[in-house]
Amino acid sequence: MHIMEGFLPVEHAVGWTLASAPFVVWSVRAVRARLDEYPEQRMLLGVAAAFALVLSALKLPSVTGSCSHPTGIGLGALLFGPAAMVLVGLVVLVFQALLLAHGGLTTLGANVFSMAIVGSFVAAGVFRASRTFRLSLATSVFLAACLGDLATYVTTSVQLAWAFPDPAGGFVASMAKFAGIFALTQIPLAITEGLLTVLVVNALIRFNADEMKHLPLFLTRGARA
Amino acid sequence: MSRRQTWLVLVAVVLITALPLWLVPKPANGPDGRPGEVFGGADGKAQRVIGEIAPDYKPWFAPILEPASSEIASLLFALQAAIGAGLIGYWLGASVTRDKLRRQAERDKAGATDDSEPDSHDSARRAD
Repeated sequence: MHIMEGFLPVEHAVGWTLASAPFVVWSVRAVRARLDEYPEQRMLLGVAAAFALVLSALKLPSVTGSCSHPTGIGLGALLFGPAAMVLVGLVVLVFQALLLAHGGLTTLGANVFSMAIVGSFVAAGVFRASRTFRLSLATSVFLAACLGDLATYVTTSVQLAWAFPDPAGGFVASMAKFAGIFALTQIPLAITEGLLTVLVVNALIRFNADEMKHLPLFLTRGARA
Repeated sequence: MSRRQTWLVLVAVVLITALPLWLVPKPANGPDGRPGEVFGGADGKAQRVIGEIAPDYKPWFAPILEPASSEIASLLFALQAAIGAGLIGYWLGASVTRDKLRRQAERDKAGATDDSEPDSHDSARRAD
């Protein structure tokens, strides 16, 4: 999902940066407020960030014959809500843009938008909806992480199709091409991310029940398994 | 989730990751006679599609720091994963130990008040 450095036209790069900036400010404030109120959650936030670091470093083969990587954003979005994960996603993307030449500074806004903003909002929304429909915790976590991951790659496809419409078929033809690369490749990887997130949430519920009490999404319905 | 389900999930993750390596057909040899590329990065593929759609597009900014070679890049990716995995490992180890100590403390407390039945105490530990 990393749009390469310089591979978005200037106006798109500026536009996505402006679109992402308020979310980042909001996220920094939210994380600070949360850790002030519940300092014991520092460890859990660290785990959520570490999960995103690991998963986004793993480039996995997919049935399409390409490699891509999960994002690991869903876990933190479920635990802390989207607010915390925008900042975490930003940190991961800056690390990769500066040291790995993976993604870039000019495309940072677009990449933050797809991975950290859309990914975490979709994950949190799907989780809440699944719980409302009384799906089990494991199923809800799986769906949330899986669809959040997939939404990130669909967003990247939209961003590229918007910036580079096909000369003949326009946005739609271009979107089909990019979605064919990103979204299709991502399906098995999104399933993997969903399964791994379920395992981590199980471990959290088993070992960190006390810290989990004050987490927003689990707060309303209790951490019943 | 039971321990068995946990293992099943792990096996599923391994299968989903490993099966494509067999399922995806080997690409035909390229014009230069060398085997075609398979399992390249999706990001790079998208970059090539941009080149097809907008052949005149020139990237207007280059990465400030580029890994000197693919070896260095894999070093940095491994470092990224290692930092993350290290943190998760630390948390998991600390949590499991904390859980174990907590349970042991509860058992010791129960044992101190109920010394008359050491057998049930032992069997409880075994069933754990």
